[in-house]
Amino acid sequence: MTQNSKITNGSRTEKEAVSRRDFLKIALKTAGTIVALEVGGVALSYFQPRAGSGGFGGVITVGLVDDFPLNSVTPITQGRFYLSRLGDGGFLAIYQRCTHLGCTVPWDQAKQKFVCPCHSAEYDDTGEMLSPPAPRSLDLFAITIEDNHVLVDTSQPLTRDHYDSSQVVYA
Amino acid sequence: MEQEQSQQTPLVDFGNRIKQAFFPTQEADDDRGRMRTVLNSLILHLHPTKVVKRSLSLTYTWGLGGLSALLVVILAFTGILLTKYYTPSPDQAYYDIINLQSNVVFGELIRNVHHWSANLMIITTVLHLLRVFFTGAYRLPRAFNWVLGIIMLVLVLGANFTGYLLPWDQLAFWAITVATSVVSYIPIIGPEMSRMLLGGPEVGTATLLNFYSLHIGVIPIAMVILMSFHFWRVRKDGGITVARKVNEDIVEKPEKLTTLPNLVNKEVAFGLVWIAILLAFSMLVPAPLEEIANPMISPNPAKAAWYFLGLQELILHFHPIFGAVLIPGTALVLLVFLPFYDFSTQNEGIYFRSKRGRWLTGIAVLSSLILTPLWIVLDEYFLNWSNWLPDWPSIITTGVIPVAFILLGIVTLSEVIHWIFEINTEERVMFLVTFFFTALIVLTLTGIFFRGPGMALYLPWNMPVVTGH
Repeated sequence: MTQNSKITNGSRTEKEAVSRRDFLKIALKTAGTIVALEVGGVALSYFQPRAGSGGFGGVITVGLVDDFPLNSVTPITQGRFYLSRLGDGGFLAIYQRCTHLGCTVPWDQAKQKFVCPCHSAEYDDTGEMLSPPAPRSLDLFAITIEDNHVLVDTSQPLTRDHYDSSQVVYA
Repeated sequence: MEQEQSQQTPLVDFGNRIKQAFFPTQEADDDRGRMRTVLNSLILHLHPTKVVKRSLSLTYTWGLGGLSALLVVILAFTGILLTKYYTPSPDQAYYDIINLQSNVVFGELIRNVHHWSANLMIITTVLHLLRVFFTGAYRLPRAFNWVLGIIMLVLVLGANFTGYLLPWDQLAFWAITVATSVVSYIPIIGPEMSRMLLGGPEVGTATLLNFYSLHIGVIPIAMVILMSFHFWRVRKDGGITVARKVNEDIVEKPEKLTTLPNLVNKEVAFGLVWIAILLAFSMLVPAPLEEIANPMISPNPAKAAWYFLGLQELILHFHPIFGAVLIPGTALVLLVFLPFYDFSTQNEGIYFRSKRGRWLTGIAVLSSLILTPLWIVLDEYFLNWSNWLPDWPSIITTGVIPVAFILLGIVTLSEVIHWIFEINTEERVMFLVTFFFTALIVLTLTGIFFRGPGMALYLPWNMPVVTGH
């Protein structure tokens, strides 16, 4: 400021003009912020999931449609899901991960239910939640049926609040 | 000196010159000389040259800050040794631990010392926080150091949490699965945070590598920086608060002793005793190692690490947004801002602030010891808002309604105490903090000892044993 007041012709615009020192200050702060953002952005990108991590994540051919009897739930270990065939012949691929806290939910053949060992959440053969503490029904994987083969895409779990019949895939 | 040296043989002169590089000044063996030694030494100058005689009393600080710092050194030392035999890969990690324990000389001992030191550190840092709180030593000018301390407490938990996964056994795998699922309940940023921690949809190769780099790189570096900052602030804030008896006035010029040897000798002795305790304990009690992680089979019950079981207990009772996020988050924020609300320093240095403060703390502990288990049992067996109000969303029936009732209960309790004792702000803060901390202890103990298969409540002596994974 004292530097500015020394300007002799003293016009208003020149008084308010940015001094060399202020300009440098602003420029350095801006440059510093940009560098910090760049470094931060790169660092953050390193925390993104890396491609190919995890054992599953591709399209899995499970078998022929007729391999699975009506009203059956079959664990597909390599895909981390259960293939459930309903009474009407429809298929659901149910991700084994409990929606509450991520435990693996086993199928209880006697009770005809999924019962989570961690906090006792229960789901029926469509993955529909039956008792708390589950916040929503079990996630699904997309099913396609080609040439009478059941194919399940395990790349992305599909979340849902509740079961409805539009989720079922028919041969 | 010069005269003397030149009379020695050249070899002794040479040696003396080297000695002078390390010890440039020969201080006299008196108080002044010892003070100068402290002043001119890198390590010792963390201390002032003289300390208040009262502050040397073990029963004031209990050496908790110093013990935590010692544990950091032990953890760094044993941690570096452990990296020599460890590969952070799901195919290798578990077998590396087995190999370390069965084939490496002192391998199991080193792992045990690392494990138990890390667990002990949670206890010592929390007790250190309580000591500072109950002696009123957290207020200005020390409030900033209090905040640094809380950040370090979070780091200690983070270090323990990331280290927990590394052995890649069932315990590790499912504890991290449960804990990262809790993270995903944080509104908006939660799912992304969980995905970044895991490096994918579930615990796997990327998770192990992430946790390893956080555990041996990011967290230790942050810790060393914050510790230096913390120690520096202790000096800048005029040292630790001076211990006082109830109703004793602040002494203007308290009696001081030289740091060397009065404080340093005590510290060395204290440190050696604790190293001996840790070694003895680690020889007797092995660090747990279960079967190798199996993503297909969740153990029953699946529990987080013990220091997170209080949090897991909350999640059993409340909607996850309340249990995992709002309640612990609010508690942490309130803890940070506490010294700016309870700011009067007139009772600092007195345990529990006053004679009445001691009574109030006792009442708080007792009422929490009665009310918290009572509420756990009530909520587990009798309160069932989601059945009573079936059409209401679960965030209302297991979140808003129970939290509102608990808050109402606590406000009522605090008002009753106020009505009986006419407590002031300081006493009310101390009462509530004691109440909530005791509740946290009760919740944690419930999680450790009273939760069995399906996370149902059992008495510890009736706990069913689950076999067959």
